Amino acid sequence: MRLGLVVDLDSCVGCHGCATACKQWNTSGTIGPLSDKAPYGRNPNGAWLNRIRTYEVDDSPNSKTVHMPMSCMHCDDAACVTVCPTGASYKRSEDGIVLVDQDKCMGCNLCSWACPYGARELDPQEGTMKKCTLCVDRIYDEKLPEDERKPACVMTCPTKSRVFGDFDDPNSEVSKLVRERAGKQLLPELGYNPVNTYLPPRNKPVVEQYQPASLKDTVKGWVNKVISR
Amino acid sequence: MHPAFSVLVFTVMSGAGYGLITLMVLGHMSGFAPQEDSVLIGGGVLALVMITVGLLSSTLHLANPKNAWRSFSRFKTSWLSREAVFAVLFYPFTLIYLAGVWFQGVEVGTFVALCGLVSAVLAMVTLFCTSMIYASLKTIRQWNSSLTPVNYIALGLMSGSLLLAAVQALVAGELAAVQLQMAMGLLVLGAVVKVVYLFWIGKPAGSTIKTATGFTQASVRLLDQGHTSNGFLNNEFGYTVEANKLVRLRLLMLALAFVMPFLLLLAASSALTVIAALLVIAGLLVERWLFFAEARHVVRLFHGDQRT
Repeated sequence: MRLGLVVDLDSCVGCHGCATACKQWNTSGTIGPLSDKAPYGRNPNGAWLNRIRTYEVDDSPNSKTVHMPMSCMHCDDAACVTVCPTGASYKRSEDGIVLVDQDKCMGCNLCSWACPYGARELDPQEGTMKKCTLCVDRIYDEKLPEDERKPACVMTCPTKSRVFGDFDDPNSEVSKLVRERAGKQLLPELGYNPVNTYLPPRNKPVVEQYQPASLKDTVKGWVNKVISR
Repeated sequence: MHPAFSVLVFTVMSGAGYGLITLMVLGHMSGFAPQEDSVLIGGGVLALVMITVGLLSSTLHLANPKNAWRSFSRFKTSWLSREAVFAVLFYPFTLIYLAGVWFQGVEVGTFVALCGLVSAVLAMVTLFCTSMIYASLKTIRQWNSSLTPVNYIALGLMSGSLLLAAVQALVAGELAAVQLQMAMGLLVLGAVVKVVYLFWIGKPAGSTIKTATGFTQASVRLLDQGHTSNGFLNNEFGYTVEANKLVRLRLLMLALAFVMPFLLLLAASSALTVIAALLVIAGLLVERWLFFAEARHVVRLFHGDQRT
Protein backbone atom coordinates (compact mmCIF):
# COMPACT_ATOMS: atom_id res chain seq x y z
CA MET A 1 0.00 0.00 0.00
CA ARG A 2 1.09 3.54 -0.71
CA LEU A 3 -1.29 5.80 1.15
CA GLY A 4 -1.42 9.47 0.32
CA LEU A 5 -3.49 12.43 -0.72
CA VAL A 6 -4.61 13.98 -3.97
CA VAL A 7 -5.19 17.73 -3.78
CA ASP A 8 -7.36 19.36 -6.42
CA LEU A 9 -5.94 22.82 -7.08
CA ASP A 10 -8.95 23.61 -9.26
CA SER A 11 -11.46 23.49 -6.45
CA CYS A 12 -9.42 24.43 -3.37
CA VAL A 13 -10.67 27.80 -2.13
CA GLY A 14 -7.93 28.34 0.45
CA CYS A 15 -10.21 28.35 3.50
CA HIS A 16 -7.52 26.80 5.79
CA GLY A 17 -10.16 24.38 7.07
CA CYS A 18 -7.84 21.41 6.48
CA ALA A 19 -5.04 23.04 8.49
CA THR A 20 -7.36 23.86 11.37
CA ALA A 21 -8.94 20.41 11.44
CA CYS A 22 -5.46 18.88 11.29
CA LYS A 23 -4.24 20.93 14.24
CA GLN A 24 -7.38 20.13 16.22
CA TRP A 25 -7.14 16.38 15.64
CA ASN A 26 -3.40 15.93 15.94
CA THR A 27 -2.80 18.10 18.98
CA SER A 28 -4.42 15.30 20.98
CA GLY A 29 -3.33 12.51 18.63
CA THR A 30 -0.36 10.14 18.67
CA ILE A 31 2.26 12.86 18.14
CA GLY A 32 0.52 15.55 20.19
CA PRO A 33 0.55 18.11 21.55
CA LEU A 34 1.16 20.57 18.73
CA SER A 35 2.29 23.47 20.89
CA ASP A 36 2.07 27.16 20.16
CA LYS A 37 4.43 29.86 21.32
CA ALA A 38 2.78 33.17 22.23
CA PRO A 39 -0.49 32.25 20.46
CA TYR A 40 -2.09 35.55 21.47
CA GLY A 41 1.12 37.59 21.36
CA ARG A 42 2.53 39.90 18.75
CA ASN A 43 4.31 37.11 16.85
CA PRO A 44 2.38 33.89 17.33
CA ASN A 45 4.33 30.78 16.38
CA GLY A 46 3.55 27.12 16.56
CA ALA A 47 3.78 23.70 14.97
CA TRP A 48 1.30 23.07 12.16
CA LEU A 49 1.35 20.00 9.97
CA ASN A 50 -0.46 21.58 7.07
CA ARG A 51 0.16 24.97 5.48
CA ILE A 52 -1.82 26.68 2.73
CA ARG A 53 -0.06 29.12 0.44
CA THR A 54 -1.67 31.22 -2.24
CA TYR A 55 -0.08 31.98 -5.60
CA GLU A 56 -0.94 34.04 -8.63
CA VAL A 57 -0.21 32.00 -11.72
CA ASP A 58 0.34 33.63 -15.14
CA ASP A 59 -0.29 37.27 -15.99
CA SER A 60 -3.53 39.20 -16.45
CA PRO A 61 -5.89 38.57 -18.25
CA ASN A 62 -5.00 34.86 -17.93
CA SER A 63 -3.98 35.00 -14.30
CA LYS A 64 -5.42 32.61 -11.79
CA THR A 65 -5.29 32.50 -8.01
CA VAL A 66 -4.20 29.07 -6.84
CA HIS A 67 -4.35 27.89 -3.25
CA MET A 68 -1.86 25.17 -2.50
CA PRO A 69 -2.24 23.20 0.72
CA MET A 70 0.95 21.35 1.61
CA SER A 71 1.57 18.65 4.16
CA CYS A 72 3.95 15.70 4.24
CA MET A 73 4.14 14.02 0.81
CA HIS A 74 5.10 10.64 2.34
CA CYS A 75 7.85 10.35 -0.29
CA ASP A 76 8.91 6.99 -1.66
CA ASP A 77 12.53 8.11 -1.27
CA ALA A 78 12.21 9.99 2.00
CA ALA A 79 15.55 11.69 2.71
CA CYS A 80 14.23 12.84 6.09
CA VAL A 81 14.32 9.20 7.19
CA THR A 82 17.78 8.59 5.73
CA VAL A 83 19.42 11.54 7.50
CA CYS A 84 17.82 10.94 10.90
CA PRO A 85 20.65 9.94 13.29
CA THR A 86 18.45 8.66 16.11
CA GLY A 87 16.04 6.46 14.18
CA ALA A 88 13.12 8.63 15.31
CA SER A 89 12.01 9.18 11.70
CA TYR A 90 10.79 6.08 9.96
CA LYS A 91 8.73 5.03 6.96
CA ARG A 92 6.24 2.24 7.52
CA SER A 93 6.74 -0.59 5.03
CA GLU A 94 3.10 -1.66 5.13
CA ASP A 95 1.52 1.62 3.99
CA GLY A 96 4.35 4.06 3.29
CA ILE A 97 3.40 6.52 6.03
CA VAL A 98 6.39 8.53 7.31
CA LEU A 99 6.27 9.09 11.07
CA VAL A 100 8.41 10.55 13.86
CA ASP A 101 8.79 8.62 17.10
CA GLN A 102 8.42 11.44 19.61
CA ASP A 103 10.27 9.44 22.30
CA LYS A 104 13.42 9.15 20.18
CA CYS A 105 13.69 12.56 18.47
CA MET A 106 16.53 14.78 19.75
CA GLY A 107 15.45 17.91 17.86
CA CYS A 108 18.53 18.35 15.65
CA ASN A 109 16.45 19.77 12.75
CA LEU A 110 18.39 17.76 10.15
CA CYS A 111 15.25 16.06 8.79
CA SER A 112 13.60 19.43 8.26
CA TRP A 113 16.68 20.49 6.30
CA ALA A 114 16.42 17.37 4.17
CA CYS A 115 12.72 17.92 3.40
CA PRO A 116 12.13 20.05 0.28
CA TYR A 117 8.43 20.53 1.03
CA GLY A 118 8.66 22.21 4.44
CA ALA A 119 6.58 19.40 5.87
CA ARG A 120 8.41 19.19 9.19
CA GLU A 121 8.20 21.77 11.91
CA LEU A 122 9.93 21.76 15.27
CA ASP A 123 7.56 21.97 18.20
CA PRO A 124 8.67 25.11 20.07
CA GLN A 125 7.64 23.67 23.44
CA GLU A 126 8.41 19.97 23.14
CA GLY A 127 11.65 20.33 21.18
CA THR A 128 10.76 17.43 18.91
CA MET A 129 9.95 17.31 15.21
CA LYS A 130 6.28 17.22 14.25
CA LYS A 131 4.84 16.18 10.93
CA CYS A 132 1.72 14.88 9.19
CA THR A 133 0.82 11.36 10.31
CA LEU A 134 -1.81 10.95 7.61
CA CYS A 135 -4.01 10.61 10.72
CA VAL A 136 -2.69 7.11 11.30
CA ASP A 137 -4.79 7.14 14.50
CA ARG A 138 -7.99 7.70 12.47
CA ILE A 139 -7.63 5.69 9.28
CA TYR A 140 -7.24 2.32 11.04
CA ASP A 141 -9.66 3.00 13.90
CA GLU A 142 -12.32 0.33 13.66
CA LYS A 143 -14.51 2.11 16.19
CA LEU A 144 -15.14 4.83 13.62
CA PRO A 145 -17.76 4.33 10.89
CA GLU A 146 -16.05 3.13 7.72
CA ASP A 147 -16.56 6.36 5.74
CA GLU A 148 -14.92 8.34 8.55
CA ARG A 149 -11.66 6.37 8.47
CA LYS A 150 -9.94 9.20 6.62
CA PRO A 151 -7.50 11.94 7.62
CA ALA A 152 -9.09 14.89 9.43
CA CYS A 153 -8.18 17.29 6.60
CA VAL A 154 -9.99 15.12 4.04
CA MET A 155 -13.04 14.79 6.29
CA THR A 156 -13.36 18.52 6.79
CA CYS A 157 -12.62 19.88 3.30
CA PRO A 158 -15.80 21.76 2.27
CA THR A 159 -15.02 21.62 -1.45
CA LYS A 160 -13.90 17.97 -1.50
CA SER A 161 -10.53 19.09 -2.84
CA ARG A 162 -8.67 16.48 -0.84
CA VAL A 163 -8.94 12.79 -1.61
CA PHE A 164 -7.30 10.05 0.45
CA GLY A 165 -6.44 6.64 -0.91
CA ASP A 166 -4.00 3.94 -1.97
CA PHE A 167 -1.80 4.93 -4.91
CA ASP A 168 -0.72 1.31 -5.45
CA ASP A 169 -4.27 0.30 -6.33
CA PRO A 170 -4.90 1.30 -9.97
CA ASN A 171 -8.66 1.34 -9.37
CA SER A 172 -8.64 3.56 -6.30
CA GLU A 173 -10.18 7.01 -6.54
CA VAL A 174 -6.81 8.71 -6.15
CA SER A 175 -5.21 6.66 -8.95
CA LYS A 176 -8.12 7.41 -11.27
CA LEU A 177 -7.97 11.14 -10.50
CA VAL A 178 -4.22 11.24 -11.13
CA ARG A 179 -4.73 9.47 -14.48
CA GLU A 180 -7.67 11.53 -15.66
CA ARG A 181 -6.49 14.95 -14.51
CA ALA A 182 -2.74 14.58 -15.19
CA GLY A 183 -1.74 14.83 -11.54
CA LYS A 184 1.62 16.44 -10.81
CA GLN A 185 4.29 15.95 -8.19
CA LEU A 186 6.02 18.99 -6.72
CA LEU A 187 9.78 19.42 -7.25
CA PRO A 188 10.06 16.16 -9.21
CA GLU A 189 13.65 17.03 -10.23
CA LEU A 190 14.92 16.43 -6.70
CA GLY A 191 13.99 12.75 -6.96
CA TYR A 192 12.16 12.26 -3.66
CA ASN A 193 9.20 10.64 -5.48
CA PRO A 194 6.48 12.26 -3.37
CA VAL A 195 3.26 10.22 -3.10
CA ASN A 196 0.89 13.18 -2.67
CA THR A 197 -0.17 14.48 -6.05
CA TYR A 198 -1.67 17.79 -7.15
CA LEU A 199 -4.35 18.11 -9.83
CA PRO A 200 -3.68 21.24 -11.90
CA PRO A 201 -6.55 23.72 -12.42
CA ARG A 202 -8.64 23.14 -15.52
CA ASN A 203 -8.30 25.67 -18.33
CA LYS A 204 -11.14 28.14 -18.39
CA PRO A 205 -12.21 30.50 -21.20
CA VAL A 206 -10.48 33.85 -21.07
CA VAL A 207 -12.80 36.59 -19.80
CA GLU A 208 -13.26 39.21 -22.50
CA GLN A 209 -11.91 42.55 -21.46
CA TYR A 210 -13.77 45.86 -21.77
CA GLN A 211 -12.03 47.97 -24.39
CA PRO A 212 -12.59 51.69 -23.81
CA ALA A 213 -13.48 53.43 -27.09
CA SER A 214 -12.79 57.04 -28.04
CA LEU A 215 -15.48 59.70 -27.48
CA LYS A 216 -16.11 59.93 -31.24
CA ASP A 217 -16.66 56.15 -31.59
CA THR A 218 -18.95 56.13 -28.56
CA VAL A 219 -21.17 58.90 -30.01
CA LYS A 220 -21.15 57.16 -33.41
CA GLY A 221 -22.30 53.97 -31.73
CA TRP A 222 -25.19 55.72 -30.02
CA VAL A 223 -26.26 57.43 -33.29
CA ASN A 224 -26.13 54.10 -35.18
CA LYS A 225 -28.28 52.46 -32.49
CA VAL A 226 -30.89 55.29 -32.73
CA ILE A 227 -30.96 55.22 -36.54
CA SER A 228 -31.36 51.45 -36.76
CA ARG A 229 -34.55 51.80 -34.69
CA MET B 1 19.81 28.97 6.26
CA HIS B 2 19.83 30.39 9.75
CA PRO B 3 23.44 30.23 11.02
CA ALA B 4 23.26 28.66 14.49
CA PHE B 5 26.25 29.96 16.46
CA SER B 6 26.80 26.64 18.23
CA VAL B 7 27.17 24.88 14.87
CA LEU B 8 29.61 27.51 13.59
CA VAL B 9 31.79 27.08 16.69
CA PHE B 10 31.53 23.29 16.43
CA THR B 11 32.55 22.97 12.78
CA VAL B 12 35.38 25.53 12.98
CA MET B 13 36.86 24.36 16.31
CA SER B 14 36.61 20.63 15.68
CA GLY B 15 37.80 21.08 12.08
CA ALA B 16 40.92 22.90 13.29
CA GLY B 17 41.45 20.32 16.04
CA TYR B 18 41.19 17.37 13.64
CA GLY B 19 43.47 19.11 11.15
CA LEU B 20 46.02 19.80 13.90
CA ILE B 21 46.12 16.22 15.19
CA THR B 22 46.35 14.79 11.67
CA LEU B 23 49.25 17.01 10.58
CA MET B 24 51.01 16.60 13.93
CA VAL B 25 50.85 12.81 13.92
CA LEU B 26 51.83 12.55 10.26
CA GLY B 27 54.68 15.02 10.83
CA HIS B 28 55.84 13.06 13.86
CA MET B 29 55.70 9.69 12.08
CA SER B 30 57.33 10.80 8.87
CA GLY B 31 60.02 12.64 10.80
CA PHE B 32 59.80 16.07 9.25
CA ALA B 33 58.18 17.92 12.19
CA PRO B 34 57.55 18.28 15.10
CA GLN B 35 60.13 16.17 16.96
CA GLU B 36 59.89 17.49 20.55
CA ASP B 37 57.61 15.59 22.94
CA SER B 38 56.52 18.86 24.62
CA VAL B 39 55.19 20.16 21.28
CA LEU B 40 53.40 16.86 20.59
CA ILE B 41 51.74 16.91 24.02
CA GLY B 42 50.88 20.61 23.73
CA GLY B 43 49.42 20.18 20.24
CA GLY B 44 47.53 17.04 21.24
CA VAL B 45 45.99 18.68 24.31
CA LEU B 46 45.05 21.79 22.31
CA ALA B 47 43.43 19.62 19.61
CA LEU B 48 41.49 17.59 22.17
CA VAL B 49 40.28 20.72 23.94
CA MET B 50 39.13 22.30 20.68
CA ILE B 51 37.41 19.13 19.50
CA THR B 52 35.72 18.60 22.86
CA VAL B 53 34.55 22.22 23.11
CA GLY B 54 33.24 21.93 19.55
CA LEU B 55 31.38 18.68 20.19
CA LEU B 56 29.85 20.02 23.41
CA SER B 57 28.86 23.19 21.59
CA SER B 58 27.17 21.13 18.85
CA THR B 59 24.80 19.63 21.41
CA LEU B 60 23.62 23.15 22.30
CA HIS B 61 21.59 23.45 19.11
CA LEU B 62 19.59 20.31 19.94
CA ALA B 63 16.06 21.11 21.03
CA ASN B 64 15.76 17.84 22.95
CA PRO B 65 19.32 16.92 24.04
CA LYS B 66 18.21 14.18 26.42
CA ASN B 67 17.90 11.90 23.37
CA ALA B 68 21.34 12.81 21.99
CA TRP B 69 22.73 9.40 22.97
CA ARG B 70 20.44 7.82 20.39
CA SER B 71 22.35 9.56 17.61
CA PHE B 72 24.83 6.66 17.43
CA SER B 73 22.13 4.28 16.27
CA ARG B 74 21.76 4.95 12.52
CA PHE B 75 25.33 4.46 11.34
CA LYS B 76 24.19 2.67 8.19
CA THR B 77 22.25 5.60 6.71
CA SER B 78 22.88 8.88 8.51
CA TRP B 79 26.05 10.98 8.10
CA LEU B 80 25.28 12.69 11.40
CA SER B 81 25.25 9.32 13.12
CA ARG B 82 28.52 8.34 11.41
CA GLU B 83 30.09 11.60 12.55
CA ALA B 84 29.03 10.94 16.14
CA VAL B 85 30.42 7.38 16.09
CA PHE B 86 33.77 8.35 14.57
CA ALA B 87 34.10 11.39 16.84
CA VAL B 88 33.80 9.15 19.91
CA LEU B 89 36.00 6.40 18.41
CA PHE B 90 38.72 9.02 17.85
CA TYR B 91 39.26 9.68 21.57
CA PRO B 92 40.78 6.38 22.83
CA PHE B 93 43.30 6.17 19.98
CA THR B 94 44.38 9.79 20.46
CA LEU B 95 44.65 9.37 24.23
CA ILE B 96 46.76 6.21 23.87
CA TYR B 97 49.02 8.01 21.39
CA LEU B 98 49.44 11.04 23.65
CA ALA B 99 50.05 8.83 26.71
CA GLY B 100 52.67 6.97 24.68
CA VAL B 101 54.43 10.21 23.81
CA TRP B 102 54.17 11.29 27.46
CA PHE B 103 55.82 8.13 28.81
CA GLN B 104 58.11 7.08 25.95
CA GLY B 105 59.08 10.46 24.47
CA VAL B 106 59.40 11.05 20.74
CA GLU B 107 60.68 7.51 20.03
CA VAL B 108 57.34 5.75 20.53
CA GLY B 109 56.73 2.03 20.18
CA THR B 110 54.91 0.39 17.25
CA PHE B 111 51.59 0.10 19.08
CA VAL B 112 51.54 3.79 20.06
CA ALA B 113 52.60 4.80 16.55
CA LEU B 114 49.79 2.67 15.13
CA CYS B 115 47.28 4.32 17.48
CA GLY B 116 48.56 7.71 16.36
CA LEU B 117 48.05 6.84 12.71
CA VAL B 118 44.57 5.48 13.42
CA SER B 119 43.64 8.67 15.26
CA ALA B 120 44.89 10.75 12.29
CA VAL B 121 42.75 8.69 9.91
CA LEU B 122 39.72 8.89 12.23
CA ALA B 123 40.16 12.67 12.49
CA MET B 124 39.93 13.03 8.72
CA VAL B 125 37.05 10.56 8.50
CA THR B 126 35.12 12.50 11.17
CA LEU B 127 35.74 15.78 9.35
CA PHE B 128 34.56 14.17 6.11
CA CYS B 129 31.37 12.91 7.83
CA THR B 130 30.71 16.43 9.17
CA SER B 131 30.99 17.85 5.67
CA MET B 132 28.80 15.10 4.20
CA ILE B 133 25.96 16.05 6.56
CA TYR B 134 25.74 19.24 4.50
CA ALA B 135 26.85 17.88 1.13
CA SER B 136 24.22 15.12 1.17
CA LEU B 137 21.25 17.52 1.33
CA LYS B 138 19.70 17.72 -2.14
CA THR B 139 17.45 20.51 -0.86
CA ILE B 140 20.32 23.03 -0.66
CA ARG B 141 22.15 23.34 -3.95
CA GLN B 142 24.94 25.49 -2.46
CA TRP B 143 25.88 22.55 -0.23
CA ASN B 144 25.00 19.57 -2.41
CA SER B 145 28.39 19.42 -4.08
CA SER B 146 31.72 17.63 -3.80
CA LEU B 147 33.18 21.09 -3.15
CA THR B 148 31.68 20.99 0.36
CA PRO B 149 33.83 18.11 1.70
CA VAL B 150 36.84 19.49 -0.18
CA ASN B 151 36.28 22.84 1.56
CA TYR B 152 35.85 21.32 5.02
CA ILE B 153 38.93 19.13 4.77
CA ALA B 154 41.14 21.77 3.14
CA LEU B 155 40.15 24.44 5.67
CA GLY B 156 40.44 21.99 8.59
CA LEU B 157 44.00 21.05 7.56
CA MET B 158 44.80 24.70 6.88
CA SER B 159 43.73 25.94 10.32
CA GLY B 160 45.37 22.87 11.89
CA SER B 161 48.69 23.69 10.21
CA LEU B 162 48.62 27.24 11.62
CA LEU B 163 47.77 25.95 15.09
CA LEU B 164 50.66 23.48 14.83
CA ALA B 165 53.05 26.27 13.89
CA ALA B 166 51.69 28.40 16.76
CA VAL B 167 52.11 25.54 19.27
CA GLN B 168 55.65 25.01 18.04
CA ALA B 169 56.32 28.74 18.49
CA LEU B 170 54.80 28.86 21.98
CA VAL B 171 56.07 25.58 23.43
CA ALA B 172 59.44 25.12 21.75
CA GLY B 173 60.09 28.85 21.57
CA GLU B 174 61.24 28.71 17.97
CA LEU B 175 59.61 28.18 14.59
CA ALA B 176 60.23 25.24 12.31
CA ALA B 177 60.71 26.33 8.71
CA VAL B 178 59.04 23.25 7.29
CA GLN B 179 55.89 23.92 9.35
CA LEU B 180 55.73 27.52 8.18
CA GLN B 181 56.06 26.41 4.56
CA MET B 182 53.35 23.81 5.03
CA ALA B 183 51.03 26.39 6.64
CA MET B 184 51.62 28.86 3.79
CA GLY B 185 51.02 26.18 1.18
CA LEU B 186 47.77 25.12 2.88
CA LEU B 187 46.69 28.79 3.14
CA VAL B 188 47.06 29.11 -0.63
CA LEU B 189 45.22 25.82 -1.17
CA GLY B 190 42.40 26.86 1.19
CA ALA B 191 42.01 30.22 -0.53
CA VAL B 192 41.84 28.58 -3.97
CA VAL B 193 39.26 26.04 -2.81
CA LYS B 194 37.15 28.77 -1.18
CA VAL B 195 37.25 31.09 -4.19
CA VAL B 196 36.31 28.22 -6.51
CA TYR B 197 33.35 27.51 -4.20
CA LEU B 198 32.26 31.17 -4.21
CA PHE B 199 32.32 31.27 -8.02
CA TRP B 200 30.49 27.95 -8.25
CA ILE B 201 27.57 28.97 -6.01
CA GLY B 202 27.28 32.22 -7.98
CA LYS B 203 26.11 30.36 -11.08
CA PRO B 204 22.33 30.29 -11.48
CA ALA B 205 21.12 26.68 -11.13
CA GLY B 206 18.66 24.49 -9.30
CA SER B 207 14.93 24.49 -8.74
CA THR B 208 12.64 27.45 -9.34
CA ILE B 209 9.23 28.49 -8.04
CA LYS B 210 7.81 26.97 -11.24
CA THR B 211 9.05 23.44 -10.59
CA ALA B 212 8.12 23.87 -6.93
CA THR B 213 4.49 24.69 -7.64
CA GLY B 214 4.20 22.59 -10.81
CA PHE B 215 3.20 25.54 -12.99
CA THR B 216 6.11 25.30 -15.37
CA GLN B 217 4.63 27.23 -18.29
CA ALA B 218 3.63 30.48 -16.63
CA SER B 219 4.97 33.00 -14.18
CA VAL B 220 4.17 32.28 -10.52
CA ARG B 221 4.07 34.84 -7.70
CA LEU B 222 3.33 34.34 -4.03
CA LEU B 223 0.19 36.19 -2.93
CA ASP B 224 -0.06 34.97 0.65
CA GLN B 225 2.09 32.62 2.73
CA GLY B 226 -0.92 31.71 4.85
CA HIS B 227 0.21 32.99 8.24
CA THR B 228 0.65 36.51 9.59
CA SER B 229 3.85 36.04 11.59
CA ASN B 230 6.92 33.96 10.90
CA GLY B 231 6.81 30.25 11.63
CA PHE B 232 9.52 27.62 12.02
CA LEU B 233 10.15 27.43 8.27
CA ASN B 234 10.60 31.20 7.94
CA ASN B 235 12.99 31.35 10.88
CA GLU B 236 15.04 28.32 9.84
CA PHE B 237 15.19 28.77 6.06
CA GLY B 238 14.08 32.35 5.38
CA TYR B 239 17.30 33.89 6.71
CA THR B 240 18.25 36.63 4.24
CA VAL B 241 21.23 38.98 4.21
CA GLU B 242 21.54 42.00 1.92
CA ALA B 243 23.79 41.38 -1.07
CA ASN B 244 26.18 44.24 -0.29
CA LYS B 245 26.66 42.97 3.28
CA LEU B 246 27.47 39.52 1.88
CA VAL B 247 30.12 41.02 -0.42
CA ARG B 248 31.69 42.93 2.49
CA LEU B 249 31.71 39.81 4.67
CA ARG B 250 33.24 37.75 1.87
CA LEU B 251 36.08 40.26 1.59
CA LEU B 252 36.49 40.27 5.38
CA MET B 253 36.57 36.47 5.36
CA LEU B 254 39.21 36.31 2.61
CA ALA B 255 41.35 38.90 4.41
CA LEU B 256 41.06 37.36 7.90
CA ALA B 257 41.32 33.71 6.97
CA PHE B 258 43.82 33.76 4.11
CA VAL B 259 45.55 37.00 3.13
CA MET B 260 46.53 38.46 6.52
CA PRO B 261 47.77 35.15 8.04
CA PHE B 262 49.84 34.55 4.91
CA LEU B 263 51.46 37.97 5.20
CA LEU B 264 52.09 37.47 8.94
CA LEU B 265 53.74 34.10 8.28
CA LEU B 266 56.09 35.75 5.79
CA ALA B 267 57.65 37.61 8.74
CA ALA B 268 58.57 34.22 10.31
CA SER B 269 58.23 35.54 13.86
CA SER B 270 56.86 33.48 16.77
CA ALA B 271 54.45 36.13 18.07
CA LEU B 272 53.07 36.89 14.60
CA THR B 273 52.53 33.17 13.94
CA VAL B 274 50.34 32.92 17.03
CA ILE B 275 48.38 35.98 15.89
CA ALA B 276 48.04 34.45 12.41
CA ALA B 277 46.56 31.28 13.91
CA LEU B 278 44.01 33.31 15.89
CA LEU B 279 43.13 35.32 12.77
CA VAL B 280 42.52 32.12 10.82
CA ILE B 281 40.09 30.86 13.47
CA ALA B 282 38.24 34.21 13.42
CA GLY B 283 38.23 34.23 9.61
CA LEU B 284 36.90 30.68 9.47
CA LEU B 285 34.06 31.62 11.83
CA VAL B 286 33.09 34.28 9.27
CA GLU B 287 33.56 31.70 6.50
CA ARG B 288 31.24 29.21 8.26
CA TRP B 289 28.68 31.95 8.93
CA LEU B 290 28.67 32.75 5.19
CA PHE B 291 28.44 29.03 4.36
CA PHE B 292 25.09 29.01 6.17
CA ALA B 293 23.84 32.50 5.31
CA GLU B 294 24.43 32.00 1.57
CA ALA B 295 22.78 28.57 1.46
CA ARG B 296 19.24 28.82 0.13
CA HIS B 297 16.89 25.96 0.91
CA VAL B 298 14.22 25.01 -1.69
CA VAL B 299 11.44 25.64 0.87
CA ARG B 300 12.08 29.33 0.18
CA LEU B 301 10.50 28.81 -3.24
CA PHE B 302 7.16 28.05 -1.61
CA HIS B 303 7.51 31.28 0.35
CA GLY B 304 7.91 33.37 -2.78
CA ASP B 305 11.56 33.18 -3.89
CA GLN B 306 11.74 32.80 -7.67
CA ARG B 307 14.88 30.65 -7.62
CA THR B 308 17.36 29.10 -5.23
